[in-house]
Amino acid sequence: MKNRAWGGDYFFLLSNLMQKDFKIRYRNMSLGVFWSLLNPLVTMGVLTFVVTQIFKSPQPNYPVRILCGLVPFNFFSFAWGVGTNSIVDGSAFVKRVAIPREIIPIASVFSNCLHMFIQIGLLLFMTLVFGNPVNLNWFWLPLIWGLFIVFVCGLTLITSALNVFVRDVRYLVESFNAVLFWLVPIFYGFEIVPERYRPIYDFNPVSAMVFALRRILVEGGTPSFSTIRNLAFVSFSALIVGFIVFRQLRRKFYDYL
Amino acid sequence: MSLIEFERVSKTFKQGAGAKLLLGHVQDRLRRTERNLFYALRNVSFRVEKGESLAVIGRNGAGKSTLLGLVAGLSDPNEGRVTVNGRVAALLELGSGFHWDLTGVENLWLNAALLGLTRKRTEEIFDSIVEFSGISDFIFQPLRTYSTGMVMRLAFAIAVHVDPDILIIDEVLAVGDAAFYTKCLDKIMEFRHAGKTLLFVSHSGAMLTTLCDRALWLDQGQVMADGLIADVAPLYEGHAATPVGA
Repeated sequence: MKNRAWGGDYFFLLSNLMQKDFKIRYRNMSLGVFWSLLNPLVTMGVLTFVVTQIFKSPQPNYPVRILCGLVPFNFFSFAWGVGTNSIVDGSAFVKRVAIPREIIPIASVFSNCLHMFIQIGLLLFMTLVFGNPVNLNWFWLPLIWGLFIVFVCGLTLITSALNVFVRDVRYLVESFNAVLFWLVPIFYGFEIVPERYRPIYDFNPVSAMVFALRRILVEGGTPSFSTIRNLAFVSFSALIVGFIVFRQLRRKFYDYL
Repeated sequence: MSLIEFERVSKTFKQGAGAKLLLGHVQDRLRRTERNLFYALRNVSFRVEKGESLAVIGRNGAGKSTLLGLVAGLSDPNEGRVTVNGRVAALLELGSGFHWDLTGVENLWLNAALLGLTRKRTEEIFDSIVEFSGISDFIFQPLRTYSTGMVMRLAFAIAVHVDPDILIIDEVLAVGDAAFYTKCLDKIMEFRHAGKTLLFVSHSGAMLTTLCDRALWLDQGQVMADGLIADVAPLYEGHAATPVGA
């Protein structure tokens, strides 16, 4: 059914939903935005300690390399996890107003972007602190982050719709994220991944983000064409499949919520 | 062209359907039981023209809310066709989109956006909404500090300012004090005089006879009568006096 009955302002609604999420998250925390910084800093410190002191494999720029992995991974796991539950959490909206349903998971992902921008700020700050200069390749950053957000939106559309019918989808997503932490080169480098597993890493957008960020920020080089191509391909495929699946399933949301 | 048109509309729910964990879905597949279909609405046809004011009456579970959900575009019928030509504002469970940690102002903006207003329009009517709600300085406080009556006042104030073509009111007027109730009735009469279409839902009420000219009586998902409220209301009341199933 078309949303003629609603006929409202898509962007105005999107911005209001994002503000709602953001305000609710930070209002009851006295340290507010500080918490967005603390988590990656603590994880970075612990991983650096374990790898350089316990496993004794000192690497230059190690804390920055870890942050290049943690920042995209944190965004991915959090935005996807929260977004998956967004339709169920927002059932009050789905059952009372004829707003376009896809706006709910998308607003959920976007509101996590604000959180992510703070962490990107931290990443860039640490990059400079460790003596890596600003270089022209930084212009690649908006493109790869944009593609990454597209990917997360696509994936979230699929799982948020499925979660309405099968409520343990959110637990599957949580478990998957826990596994993914080890399968993405966060605390290790691409170099040590055996040749035969590399294609898997190549087509995983989270890994692609980590490679591209390290290449740009730590090595000061241009990200490889194949990385960007694969990222773009997987991201837009996810978005298209996401919309198709979501549109198929959304007509039944009302009956199942 | 009718504003609302239902053509042989049926809406079914599978009994025992609904969200479940994966295991539940697997069990259903394995058992292959034929689930009973429950008809919330069965073969319902009616039209509402512009400027009409229709009361939908019936017992609990007669299908009134399902019917409103279809008009508001919240769900699709299983059979038949629903056509709605115009913007709908539904006052269904007022304030259910509110969030307790946000202030009155923040909830006002969010709700205006949910109900389909633009930023510009919200700015224009902002003062008018706050004034209508009559909650003055509390508007800057988080909603959890409000009384139930105040929450309803705010919700109603926002909804009546949406200026829809079709206004759906689902037994919400039983809130607030006498003064606010009168204010709401005045606003509803204003809508009627402006030639808007109204859809009321109730299981009773003398109020309906003053506000509506037509009534649609539903029972167990079927239309029992559709006509002037003066004719239909006595039939329904006679029926409602007898126990269910009699």
